[in-house]
Amino acid sequence: MSAQPAPHSGDVHGHGVVHGHGEEAGHGSLKGYVTGFLLSVILTAIPFWLVMGEVIADSRVTAFVIMGFAVVQIVVHMVYFLHMNSRSEGGWTMLALIFTLVIVVITLAGSLWVMYHMNTNMMPMPHDMRSMP
Amino acid sequence: MDQAHAHSPVPGGPVNFYVTEEHEHVHSGAGTMLGFWIYLMSDCLIFAVLFATYGVLGRNYAAGPGPADLFDLSLVALNTSMLLFSSITYGFAMLLMERNRKAATLFWLGVTGLFGLAFLGIELYEFSHLIHAGATPQRSAFLSSFFALVGTHGLHVTFGIIWLVVLMVQVAQRGLVPENKRRLMCLSLFWHFLDVIWIGVFSFVYLIGVLP
Amino acid sequence: MFGRLSLNSLPLHEPILVATFAMVALGGIALVAAITKYRLWAYLWREWFTTVDHKRIGIMYVILALVMLLRGFSDAIMMRAQQAIAFGGSEGYLPPHHYDQIFTAHGVIMIFFFAMPLVTGLMNFVVPLQIGARDVAFPFLNNFSFWMTTAGAVIVMMSLFVGEFAQTGWLAYPPLSGIEASPGVGVDYYIWALQVAGVGTLLSGVNLIATIVKMRAPGMSMMKMPVFTWTSLCTNVLIVAAFPVLTAVLVLLSLDRYVGTNFFTSDFGGNPMMYVNLIWIWGHPEVYILILPAFGIFSEVVSTYSSKRLFGYSSMVYATVVITILSYLVWLHHFFTMGSGASVNSFFGITTMVISIPTGAKIFNWLFTMYRGRIRYELPMMWTVGFMVTFVVGGMTGVLLAVPPADFQLHNSLFLIAHFHNVIIGGVVFGLLAGITYWFPKAFGYKLDDFWGKLSFWFWLVGFWVAFMPLYVLGLMGVTRRVNHFDDSSLQIWFVIAAFGAVLIACGIACFLIQLVVSFMKRDQLRDWTGDPWGGRTLEWATSSPPPAYNFAFTPVVHDNDAWWDMKKRGFERPVEGFRPIHMPKNTGTGVILSALAVAFSVGMIWYMWWLAALSFVAILVVSIVHTFNYDREFYIPAEDVARAEGARTRMLAGE
Repeated sequence: MSAQPAPHSGDVHGHGVVHGHGEEAGHGSLKGYVTGFLLSVILTAIPFWLVMGEVIADSRVTAFVIMGFAVVQIVVHMVYFLHMNSRSEGGWTMLALIFTLVIVVITLAGSLWVMYHMNTNMMPMPHDMRSMP
Repeated sequence: MDQAHAHSPVPGGPVNFYVTEEHEHVHSGAGTMLGFWIYLMSDCLIFAVLFATYGVLGRNYAAGPGPADLFDLSLVALNTSMLLFSSITYGFAMLLMERNRKAATLFWLGVTGLFGLAFLGIELYEFSHLIHAGATPQRSAFLSSFFALVGTHGLHVTFGIIWLVVLMVQVAQRGLVPENKRRLMCLSLFWHFLDVIWIGVFSFVYLIGVLP
Repeated sequence: MFGRLSLNSLPLHEPILVATFAMVALGGIALVAAITKYRLWAYLWREWFTTVDHKRIGIMYVILALVMLLRGFSDAIMMRAQQAIAFGGSEGYLPPHHYDQIFTAHGVIMIFFFAMPLVTGLMNFVVPLQIGARDVAFPFLNNFSFWMTTAGAVIVMMSLFVGEFAQTGWLAYPPLSGIEASPGVGVDYYIWALQVAGVGTLLSGVNLIATIVKMRAPGMSMMKMPVFTWTSLCTNVLIVAAFPVLTAVLVLLSLDRYVGTNFFTSDFGGNPMMYVNLIWIWGHPEVYILILPAFGIFSEVVSTYSSKRLFGYSSMVYATVVITILSYLVWLHHFFTMGSGASVNSFFGITTMVISIPTGAKIFNWLFTMYRGRIRYELPMMWTVGFMVTFVVGGMTGVLLAVPPADFQLHNSLFLIAHFHNVIIGGVVFGLLAGITYWFPKAFGYKLDDFWGKLSFWFWLVGFWVAFMPLYVLGLMGVTRRVNHFDDSSLQIWFVIAAFGAVLIACGIACFLIQLVVSFMKRDQLRDWTGDPWGGRTLEWATSSPPPAYNFAFTPVVHDNDAWWDMKKRGFERPVEGFRPIHMPKNTGTGVILSALAVAFSVGMIWYMWWLAALSFVAILVVSIVHTFNYDREFYIPAEDVARAEGARTRMLAGE
């Protein structure tokens, strides 16, 4: 939400002259959709295989690998299916997406971090409270 | 910015303070795609909260069943493929819409809807299976958050299908007029967005869930 | 058939409520009779209820907010009266279960149904005018948002006379708000009122963002936007990014209550602390949702009445953006004492203190704008100066509270109550009242009466200090909030002083209402023919007061931050011919119908009348779908009509 988009948003998109953006906004092409589809199939199949075939012994490593594939596949979907790029709507969709991702990360990471500490400190423990300092 | 000059016929000459020609489409939906995208971003935050809840509560089994006991990964894989197929068929519909091929657009929209229904059917089957096995949403915080997250996604798909049917009727009635194209593009964003959420669900809930 | 609803649900045994109901009913009947007598129903329906004109919707928001202010304030004065007398042997007049409903309702109403609609109303009215647009991006959605907000207010008001309201405090923490501790309908009223109003808030947020991004006049780049538009943009970004969190949390709470899930219960792995965590992820940005538009109003007012360009425009914009982002990084300071430990508490303590930096920068910007300006102490300027003095104190007590060890002492005490009233009244309310006074002539074509306005200002300002300084003192002595009876009679004097302060504020509100009436009576003397009564600087002052439905006959072209000032300075001549037909959206009644159905649905859910809930849910779906089959949503205002309206203005400007 900073002033970066100023140069292009003000003069082109700032006023009513938005020459039917709907019509010309990218829909991608057949090639794009098929590429996206094939990539998604691969990126879905590998994590399923990793888990169902118990390929990696350490489940922590598997978890990280799965998360990695998920992130890549989300990017694939964003690019090939949602046609996300820095040009559509004068960059505003991209800006909105980045802002949302920041908030999502804050919400997820913050909640996990905060609640981990809450649980450690505050949840009832089997030990005797009288032995506490 | 030399915007001032852009509207001044002669540099240094008199400046225009208003436009004389009327700009159309102020109300005919110039902002629709952006507005709908912003709405989707807010929906994304609803899912962020559900994911966060699952992340925090998802290991609280309350001595009940856990993911490894409950989830059937081959079923999830089938389900995922339904959603993926529906994505590309919607893509076909959009490509044909651009070429104003009404009947073909309707055909691919119908196929998309069928894949969506298949996805929902499989999900409902899974839920009923879990509930019969005693793994109800009330059983533990893990199951509460599981049903809330996956169920909310399923509800979105349900509304997507209702919307799809309505749009098919409207396209059939009025053809691919600009309004209908815009609506189809909004639904396209919605549909692919749900797919993105599902990536998070199958990775974070199902696959990582069943890891030992 | 009627679920949980029976005759026993009507509070017939509560004399206070019966009397209130009688008064409300009488007032309502009188209002309905008057409207019928003067045959205004058709006019109201056609011109107001179904309107998609952003200006009228904005005005309706403000009216809703002022009505709800009266309700919220009567709760406040009842609490002050109770606490002033309930000492030692005296129990006061409010039993705990009633007192608890009152403080809950006070918080909920003041935030959701007074401050929010007022903020949204002003943004709705002003923003399209400031950016030189004809309307908002989605005019129907705007009408729908307003009616959903109203529906939420209706649900809250219903709880006063049918059943009860929540007794949980305004954020309804579980396990207290769970089904075991609160089996009644109170929490359900709370949940559905907020959910329904939340839909309206969220959609109006989306709408205004799209409006500001897409519909600015040619030449108005981001860094040429008026500051109020900037703060509105940031506020709406916050709305869109924060309200979904509230919606989701309340859905989870409802699932706990209705279905028996275990998110926030204390059994089966549920965790009530998660609710507190999530609701404050919404709750802290909410504070900034309210204050940022007020900052924008002060910026407009200061530069207008100092006849000077705003000092440090870009630093003002950057400060606003920084506050927008930082507001997501501080939520834990609302529950330092829940026990997340030193590392987490220090992080959130520091981020909280950091927020005071951009806020301080803004205060200095306003001061430097006034420095060497030609200041006119009109009413809005008085509110602004009152704000600066009051708000700085509130900000400083906020920094005190941001220090975790201090917070362990002050948490949940009256010190906290004093702090947030200090910033909300001194910041938000003063700002909104300044805004109302500032833009009133634009909306209605005449200024507000000065005498009653100044009286109102002084009552509010002095009343605020008298009402809340004692609470700081009490809080430092360790008195906790939400208590309806005290044993230590040495504290009583402070509560009596606070109650006196509340009476002063009541006088302030009364003077404000009298001001509205007096100004209406004297409207011919107070009339503003120019459309620019204050020597304004931004585009809303370029058009007539009240503006025509189409706002601007020709879309303005912007060359400068203070676009209208620049036009006046460079000898702008108003076009008097060559008008063209103007494309406008049509009115629709769908918003009213949908929100009425939303009320019916909520009543069904609250009272367990499942048939009603199911029926109205299906009806909502059907009405929405039917609405999408209407493709004929726009019309043209003919060029002759535009020429006639503009001709009248030409004659008005010539003083005929």
